[in-house]
Amino acid sequence: MPDPRIRLTVNGDPVEVTFGGHKTLLEVLREDLRLTGTKHGCELGECGACAVLVDGKPALSCLILAQEVDGAAVTTVEGLASDARLHPLQDAFLECGASQCGYCTPGFLVTARALLDRKPKACRGEISEALAGNICRCTGYIQIFEAVERAAEKMGGEPPR
Amino acid sequence: MMRCPEFRYHAAKTVEEAASVLADHGPKAMLLAGGTDVVPNLKRRQHRPEVLVSLRRIPGFAGISIGGDGAAVIGPGTTLADLALDGRVAAEWPGLSRAVGSIASPLIRATATLGGNLCLDTRCNYYNQNYEWRQSIRFCMKAPAPHGSALTEDAGGSVCWVAPASPRCWAVSSTDGGPMLAALGATVELRSKARGKRDIAVADLYNDDGMLFLKKAPDEVVTRVRVPRAAGQKSAYWKLRRRGSFDFPVLSVAAAATFSKSGEVTDARVVLGAVASMPLVLAESASLVGKSLTDDVIAEFAGAASRHAKPMDNTDFQTAWRRKVTAEFLTGALRELRGDDPRTMGQLGRRVARGASCLG
Ligand SMILES: Cc1cc2nc3c(=O)[nH]c(=O)nc-3n(C[C@H](O)[C@H](O)[C@H](O)COP(=O)(O)OP(=O)(O)OC[C@H]3O[C@@H](n4cnc5c(N)ncnc54)[C@H](O)[C@@H]3O)c2cc1C
Ligand code: SF4
Ligand code: FES
Ligand code: FES
Repeated sequence: MPDPRIRLTVNGDPVEVTFGGHKTLLEVLREDLRLTGTKHGCELGECGACAVLVDGKPALSCLILAQEVDGAAVTTVEGLASDARLHPLQDAFLECGASQCGYCTPGFLVTARALLDRKPKACRGEISEALAGNICRCTGYIQIFEAVERAAEKMGGEPPR
Repeated sequence: MMRCPEFRYHAAKTVEEAASVLADHGPKAMLLAGGTDVVPNLKRRQHRPEVLVSLRRIPGFAGISIGGDGAAVIGPGTTLADLALDGRVAAEWPGLSRAVGSIASPLIRATATLGGNLCLDTRCNYYNQNYEWRQSIRFCMKAPAPHGSALTEDAGGSVCWVAPASPRCWAVSSTDGGPMLAALGATVELRSKARGKRDIAVADLYNDDGMLFLKKAPDEVVTRVRVPRAAGQKSAYWKLRRRGSFDFPVLSVAAAATFSKSGEVTDARVVLGAVASMPLVLAESASLVGKSLTDDVIAEFAGAASRHAKPMDNTDFQTAWRRKVTAEFLTGALRELRGDDPRTMGQLGRRVARGASCLG
C-alpha cells in the first residue's frame, strides 16, 4: 500500500504531506509536519489536549484519521499568534495565570478561539460548557474561564481577525 | 503514541458506493463516520478492519429537515453538535436535544454523528481496554486474539469475564441517542447492495446480545433517521453518569408521551438505556395510557418498571445502587413529562437539567 498524500491548509499555509495511511491528524501534525504545539494526552478522546480547528470547528486530532482532512483548513495553536503578536486569548491566559504546567493550554486555546469566533460575547456558562471537553490537572479551571472572559473583553465583542 | 493498525482507506462518494464496498469485503470492511468510537477501538485493537469506508464525503449525508407532516428527517452524518443545537428539534423533541447534548464532550460532539451513535459498539470494563491489558487477563469472547497470532495457546477468546459461566456476552448498550429515538418512535432507513432499502423502527434495531447487538446486517448502511411528530407530545431524557461531561451513561431513562386535553396519557413509550445489551422498551408503558401522571401512578410505574434493570458489574458504580436509583430516574423523567421542572427536583434534577442548557 503506497503512503497516501494529502493537501491541506495548515495555519493559512498550503501544505502537501505524505504519511503512513493509518496515522491520525495528531500524528501527522506532530511527526510529519513537526508542529508539536498540539499535545497528545490520552489519545482516546478523553482529555482535549489534542484539539485543533478543522474548517473553523473544534476537533480532536487524536480521533481524526489524517486521510479524512484532505482539502481541509486546519488551525493549530501555532496559528493563533500573528507576526510577533500573541492572540488576545494567549495574552489573557498569561495575565490570568490560566496556564501552569501548560500541557492542556494549546487545546484550551483553540477550543476557546472557536467559541469566541462563534460567540464573541460568550457568558461564563457558555464558556464552561464549550470547554467541558478539555481537562486541566493544574489550574482548577477558574483562571481559564476568567482568561477567556478577559480575552472576550479585549476583543470588544469582535471575532478576531 | 497509541497507533491504529494498517488498513485500506476508501472515501465513498455515494451511499451506493459505500454499500457496494461493504458487500464486496464482508466483515473485513467497516464504516467510518465521525470515528469517535471507531478510532479508539482501532487503537486498542478491538477492531482490525482491512478496509475503512469513510462516509464523510457523501454529499447530503448530513442535514436536518422538517417534512410536510412535521417529522424530522435527519441525515445520519449530522453531527451531534448540530443536532443538539437545532432550535426546531429542541422545540419539538426536547428529550432528543438533551440526550444528544449529553453525549461525550462538546469536542467529540463536533465530529461524532447520529448514525455512528445508533451503531455504537457495546461497552464493558473488560473490553474497553488496550490490547496488552486484555491479553494479560486472556481475551474475552467479544474480542478474541487475532487470527494467526502466536498466542492462540493461552489466548482465551471463549470466556466472559463478567459472567464466566455464561455462553453470551453482556456488554452494555451505551448509546444515548438509541433509547431516546426508540421512545420517540423514530425509524431508520437501511440500505444494502443485495437487498436495497428497508425501514426499521429504532426500537427494533437492537438485539439483547453484547456481540451481535444490531439487527442491522453488516452490509447495511444507515441512510436516514426519521422522527415522527405527534401533536402535544412531551419527551424527557434522564442520564446517570459520574461526571457531567465525557462519561457514557450508566443508566438512562428516555420517555415520551402524548396527552389528551384533560391530561390523560394517550400514548407512552419509556425506554431504559445502559442496563442491558440493548435499549429496553418497557412493556409497562402501555399501562400509563388512560391515566393522569399523578404521584401514585408514577410511583407504581417506577416500582414495576425498575425491576427490568439488572445491571451487571461491568460499568461504573455499584450494581446495587444502580438498581436502586432506577426508580428515582424513572420518577424524575415521568414527572418532567407531566410538566414538573427538573430544576425543582433536588440535586439530581438540577444535574439532569443542566445537560443541554448552555449549549447555544
Ligand atoms: C471520551 C468519549 C466519551 C463518549 N461518551 C459517549 C456518551 O456519553 N454517549 C454516547 O452515546 N456515546 C459516547 N461516546 C461514543 C461516540 O463518541 C458516540 O456514540 C458517537 O456518536 C459515535 O458516532 P461517530 O460518528 O463518531 O461513529 P463512528 O466511530 O464513526 O462509528 C461507530 C460505529 O457505527 C458504525 N457506523 C457509523 N455510521 C454508520 C452508518 N451511517 N450506517 C451504519 N453504520 C454506521 C461504524 O461502522 C461503527 O461501527 C463517547 C466516545 C468517547 C471517545
Ligand atoms: S460482557 Fe463478557 S464477553 Fe462481553 S465484553 Fe465484557 S467480559 Fe467480554
Ligand atoms: S489526546 Fe486527544 S483527547 Fe486526549
Ligand atoms: S496547566 Fe497543567 S494541565 Fe492545565
